Amino acid sequence: MMPSADGGQAILLTLQLATVTTLILLLLATPLAWWLARTSSSWRGVIIALITLPLVLPPTVLGFYILLSLGPDGWIGSLTQSLGIGLLSFSFTGLVIGSVIFSLPFAVYPILYAFEMLGRRPLEVAATLRAKPFDAFFSVALPLVKPGLLTAAVLTFAHTVGEFGVVLMIGGDIPGETRVVATQIFGYVEAMEYEAAHRLAALMVAFSFVMLMALTRLRRRAGAALP
Amino acid sequence: MALVRVTVLLLVAAVTSTSGLAGEVHVAVAANFAAPMKSLATAFERESGHRAIISLGATGQLAAQIRQGAPYGVLLSADAAIPRKLASEGYALAETQRTYAIGRLVLWSRDANYVDAKGDVLRRGDFRRVAIANPKLAPYGAAAQQTLRALGVLEKLRPKIVEGANINQAFKFVASGNAELGFVALSQVMTDGELNSGSAWIVPANLHEPIKQDVVLLSKGKDNSAAVALIKYLDAQHARDIIGRYGYELP
Repeated sequence: MMPSADGGQAILLTLQLATVTTLILLLLATPLAWWLARTSSSWRGVIIALITLPLVLPPTVLGFYILLSLGPDGWIGSLTQSLGIGLLSFSFTGLVIGSVIFSLPFAVYPILYAFEMLGRRPLEVAATLRAKPFDAFFSVALPLVKPGLLTAAVLTFAHTVGEFGVVLMIGGDIPGETRVVATQIFGYVEAMEYEAAHRLAALMVAFSFVMLMALTRLRRRAGAALP
Repeated sequence: MALVRVTVLLLVAAVTSTSGLAGEVHVAVAANFAAPMKSLATAFERESGHRAIISLGATGQLAAQIRQGAPYGVLLSADAAIPRKLASEGYALAETQRTYAIGRLVLWSRDANYVDAKGDVLRRGDFRRVAIANPKLAPYGAAAQQTLRALGVLEKLRPKIVEGANINQAFKFVASGNAELGFVALSQVMTDGELNSGSAWIVPANLHEPIKQDVVLLSKGKDNSAAVALIKYLDAQHARDIIGRYGYELP
């Protein structure tokens, strides 16, 4: 069952990518979901539609647009070049940017849903007990939506592990830098090395299964009555 | 009831008439040959009345689909090895295999004056990324790797090489400017003998093994007159002219 050396390298890289992406998205999606849950701004619909777009576009098409944005004519590419960083395509950082865009809806939706279910009541109560809004957010709202945060984290992580089309398009298949498990399996299959492909694919399926099982357990412990 | 019967009769008539004279064939086509195949299919349809329905993919992918029972009658491969392999496994008819085009490799950049006429830019190596197709999967990728080795720069440039899953992806890497230059198919950057844009070095054919692209009749197309006609049509002067116009050499 042990994967080969390239397989091991791909697994390590995939776990790094998924971890970094999940952390960034939790930091990004929580305030965003908080704002979306409470705002009555007319921008709300537009923002929600934008966040949902990555679900609609085929991943390779999305990857192609990200490749264009990262390139010298794209807005991200022009920005990074003018900052002296250079282009980010075919780099780990580029993959992180792609993954954050790709998994955005999977992070925002569970948290948004949790905040909406929570309603305004607990925070109003906190306010009558003289909690400042900032304090109320961290000591009242966040702990109450823990199951939602957990779901967002696991879905983002799992979705990034399974990401393929975007990585294929912006990665350039560099071992140790952008060759993740999904593209490694693709490479094996294309080269008709089915044995190696099966081994790595089996590991990936087993890993995902265990992870989703763990989510159900954790959610129950965190209080499944709430989303 | 009568209406239903008439409809059924009409349907039967329609089906039998098309299978008689003008048939159709599903053709599996290597991605690099997409553009010429479109022109060929139109001309083929006009001249024979048969319809060629094109499915594009990497040759290895297409081969896997053929083994799993895909309905293709003809395979236009990007190499000579896969048709041979399919024939030895009983999925294709060995005696029908022949070369329909010889691909030319080109080092291309979208910027004018970037690639010189001798490919010296590779020896200087003052760029961030050079794109190639995956050498394990794509014949053009293998040819690019052989060229870099023949020039003695493969090891030096290895950290700068980015691989596309196929030649079309390698082309996108360069066309979008994410890689300054890359090895692509001449057919992707040239129309009617003129470079579409940028600068290029047509790699001398002695730096890599010839990229022979073979066609083969698949077992599923054995009794399909449209499939047989398509293979014959690729030999016609008119078809050869079309293939040549897209930057391929002919056997």
